[in-house]
Amino acid sequence: MLAPALFFYFFSGVAVLAALLVITQRNPMHAALALIVTLLAVAGLFVTTGAEFLAGAQVMLYVGGIMVLFLFVIMLVHLEREQELRQLASQAGRGLWAVLGLAALLGLMLVHGAGGWPTAVAAAPAAVTGAAGNSERFSLDLFQHNLPAFELAGLLLLIAMVGAVVLAKPRSLPPSGAAEESLEGR
Amino acid sequence: MIGTMPYVWVAAILAMIGCVGVLTRRNVLVILMSIELILNAVNINLVVFARQWGQVRGQVFALFIMADAAAEVAVGLGLLIALFRNKSTVHADEMDLLKG
Repeated sequence: MLAPALFFYFFSGVAVLAALLVITQRNPMHAALALIVTLLAVAGLFVTTGAEFLAGAQVMLYVGGIMVLFLFVIMLVHLEREQELRQLASQAGRGLWAVLGLAALLGLMLVHGAGGWPTAVAAAPAAVTGAAGNSERFSLDLFQHNLPAFELAGLLLLIAMVGAVVLAKPRSLPPSGAAEESLEGR
Repeated sequence: MIGTMPYVWVAAILAMIGCVGVLTRRNVLVILMSIELILNAVNINLVVFARQWGQVRGQVFALFIMADAAAEVAVGLGLLIALFRNKSTVHADEMDLLKG
């Protein structure tokens, strides 16, 4: 019988290491694959906190949907010579200092403010996983108390979908030359 | 059972890694992936604080963050394809058309 703590350390270690790979890989395809590993590890972290439904949604939505979109676009715009070019932006040094400052602030806050919330309710994780099951409680809360937000999220996704199609499709009236190119392409 | 603070630390580390990616990388694809890292860190926090308070509401919020991330990635990749068609580049610092 493995201790639950082991799962936490395993998943968080994998998540952090793969996240470091995401931002250090030269090839965007390798970065995307590392990001998939991170997302799966975060799904594992969700399971260790009792959010089983969300872990499934993470795997299906992120790994199955968003990352497939990423991989398609990487294959569409992938440039081999890109990898020999400079990878760091011109403001990289300043950006790194800004993040270091932010990290110091965050670390200070987490060290000194740890446990500033009431701990009385901490001993009730069963209320989250519950006898009714995580998915049932989740759906009840979603559809009984957050229905307007749910509908708005659907509207947001519709708008984003239409916007993405409009942005990504070629111009309806291509400039002269582009039409011949597309004809030659056939 | 692991308490709340270790999860918050992991989320903070993931968010900082994502910030480094957003601010230092040139490739727009990697920048978008780093934003995904930050959003995932937010989700970890929401889920673990939902457990802390013994509620399920935080998990519902995390689902909304996921929908947001999907919308953001769809629009961001659409913009990237439009950029690539017009300028044949995926570098953020070559989008300087407005710079004098």
